[in-house]
Amino acid sequence: MIIPFLLIVLTLAACGSEKQQLTTLVFGRGSDSVGLDPGLETDGESFKVCDNIYETLVAYHSESTAILPQLAHSWDVSADQLTWTFHLRRGVHFHDGTVFNAEAMLFSLGRQFYKDHPHHKVEGGYRYWKDMGMDDILAELAAPDDSTFVIRLKKPNAPFLSNLAMNFCAAVSPTAIKKYGRDYFKNPVGTGPFRFIEWRKDERIVLARNDNYWGPKAKLDRLIFKPIQEAAIRFLELSQGTVQGLDNLNPEYIDEIRDNPELQLLTQPGMNVGYLAMNMDKAPFDDLRVRRAINHAVNKQALVDNFYQGLALAAKNPIPPTLWGYNDKITGYAYDPNKARALLAEAGFPDGFETELWAMPVPRPYMPQPDKIAQAVQADLAKIGVRARIVQWEWGTYLDKVSNGEHPMALLGWTGDNGDPDNFLYVLLDKTAAVKPAQNIAFYKSEELHKVLVAARISADRDQRSKLYQQAQEIIFHDAPWVPLVHATQTAAFHRGVSGFKLHPTGSKWFHSTAFTP
Amino acid sequence: MYRFVLNRFISLVPTLLGISFLVFLMLYLVPGDPAQVMLGERANAESLAELRATMGLDQPFHVQFYRFFTGLLSGDLGRSIRTHEKITTEILQRFPATFELTMASMLMAMTVGISAGIWAAVRRGKIADLLSMILATAGISMPVFWLALMLILLLGVFLPLFPVSGRLSTHIYFEPITYFYTLDALLQSDFEAFGDILWHLFLPALTLGTIPMAVIARMTRASLLEVLGEDYIRTAWAKGLSQRMVVLRHAVKNAFIPTLTVIALEFGYLLGGAIITETIFAWPGVGRWLFLAVQARDFRAVQGGVLLLATVFVLANLLADVLYAWLDPRIRYDKK
Repeated sequence: MIIPFLLIVLTLAACGSEKQQLTTLVFGRGSDSVGLDPGLETDGESFKVCDNIYETLVAYHSESTAILPQLAHSWDVSADQLTWTFHLRRGVHFHDGTVFNAEAMLFSLGRQFYKDHPHHKVEGGYRYWKDMGMDDILAELAAPDDSTFVIRLKKPNAPFLSNLAMNFCAAVSPTAIKKYGRDYFKNPVGTGPFRFIEWRKDERIVLARNDNYWGPKAKLDRLIFKPIQEAAIRFLELSQGTVQGLDNLNPEYIDEIRDNPELQLLTQPGMNVGYLAMNMDKAPFDDLRVRRAINHAVNKQALVDNFYQGLALAAKNPIPPTLWGYNDKITGYAYDPNKARALLAEAGFPDGFETELWAMPVPRPYMPQPDKIAQAVQADLAKIGVRARIVQWEWGTYLDKVSNGEHPMALLGWTGDNGDPDNFLYVLLDKTAAVKPAQNIAFYKSEELHKVLVAARISADRDQRSKLYQQAQEIIFHDAPWVPLVHATQTAAFHRGVSGFKLHPTGSKWFHSTAFTP
Repeated sequence: MYRFVLNRFISLVPTLLGISFLVFLMLYLVPGDPAQVMLGERANAESLAELRATMGLDQPFHVQFYRFFTGLLSGDLGRSIRTHEKITTEILQRFPATFELTMASMLMAMTVGISAGIWAAVRRGKIADLLSMILATAGISMPVFWLALMLILLLGVFLPLFPVSGRLSTHIYFEPITYFYTLDALLQSDFEAFGDILWHLFLPALTLGTIPMAVIARMTRASLLEVLGEDYIRTAWAKGLSQRMVVLRHAVKNAFIPTLTVIALEFGYLLGGAIITETIFAWPGVGRWLFLAVQARDFRAVQGGVLLLATVFVLANLLADVLYAWLDPRIRYDKK
């Protein structure tokens, strides 16, 4: 039975093995997209596809988070920093033929902003729009003429321009949204270099080159995103050449990729941080000497070597070095158990103390093995007499409990959104974020830091902002609310014939200048 | 008989209602707020409250259950909170993948399992018997993930005859109508696609079919041996019938009932989606989908999925009952 079946299958398969002439790149990843409406999605796997279908008013530089024109060819800001006028590119069309103009932009952002907009009500809401605080930043949107789009702010806000480069602010075709309604997420229509062809759930998403693209056309005819859950199978497909690119590689395959002449490895320090927060509302972590002692006790380099296979950077600041405004002059707290013991003794704990170390139950991009990291930190702390019991909860419960400050010490992390230091420092360490349920889970409330962060938020001068953020990092270093642990490296591997792809700090995956010769 | 089938169909209703209530209750009681899980590190007071409100999670238990229940009665399972897609659409797109895989693996399991079982029974105590039963025991004992990886290594890597993941080659395009790809390809007379689909089906089906294959082989052997010792078989021999006649005409039919039970049960299990096999072979079926839904606390998807699986399981058992009666005229379900 099996042998005849085999023969039939192989014969049939052989008939169909003549290769297509289209240049196709298949990109493998761990899971499928959730949806393709940039306003609704929050996960990286969705944005990876959206990146290639949609465009925004302004865009990131291909290798940094500097802001460049995209659908707007230029913009002016009023003297009071409140009115931003964007001059739109002409002759741009959505994939369904709809003309891109100021009305379309008003529709794309207006549906997320105006409560009375006919497309405002969606289950779960426009979450990124809310998370980035757009409702508090914006006062009004206007389209005075076809090629002018105006955004008025409630108060000056510098990080706002970076938000506009994010996927959730992309231009979506009003015609398509009206046509598909709640099913738009699987019928996406943008202005980008690739247009959507088909989506077979958990199987593949196929994009084709947009031949009417306003800019330099994409080099690939087809771009296919294929979810393959098993890391081993994903890697096997890459080695066999049935998949030409992968991201988020398992560290165990890195050496093999380096050794394989058919493959190329790309790495870049990621825009993320994994940290250990000490709850300053609870003794003994209200004592600066204790927090510094813990900082001296943790051997970060060992964590990088043992649990990231070297694909991470030991952290000394809350923001990663890929971000502008990073303060490299800060030395960080060196690994020094003796100094840690001395500090503890000084704080009145010559024999250490008992506490709890909370750890995430699930791998996160910034910390793939949180349980092992917790054990390593536990061992480091034991060396200075701090006896920490590891506590784990189911993920939802964990987040709920730490945001309500039930932990003495907890592991957590953050992946940056818009490439602005404000998106790390204000969100995670400002005193306004320490209100329960808090994102500032160290419950660090520094008036001095707050002043600096607010000043940096308002200022429009990038150099001045950079200086302010460097100052902020000094304050944080001094107060030591966290042990900043690591910045995980982002990785990708491609077939040798793939060229022109660049990793971006935000984790975006743009394929418009990528070429593939098999 | 018809009344029996009808009664069984009617009894499906309270069974499914009970299941839906239990599932709803369990998901309600399980720790981990869906809103909290969805928002992750980004959760703040405002976004949590808003998300809970739009999902109806801020309502008391009876209101939530009432909403779910009235939706269910009107055939609306709602939309997945994870993927914004209608639960019915999610299931209709994925169930065919699971169904095709199940059919292919059961086909392999049945043909190989039954023949091996008969062969072993007929040659009881001989090398053939020993060999097939050793293989069957090995088949039952092998962990699925290990078998899958070994088959991939053997037939996907060392001897690269078969693709190791997915349902279709990336260069094959055809319009999915029913999402039963084999059927869709045939309907559109696309034989290239049809061959490609079978080609992709082979490894996962073999992986999934190995355990039922072994169970079926052992079951067939055991019950056939029992039947072969009965009086009517001795009579058949005495009549001078050939071995072929005795075994295939007289013995197998009667020995088939326990095997059929096993087949029906395995069918039921496999249709529930084989999470491990689906995950390893990147097979877009219901098992993997349901697993992700549970992880994300996507309660609506879990409810819909579990209801579907329960229905399928009950139907598979019903089918087995009907087949018993057909195979063995002594079994009748109606009281005269």
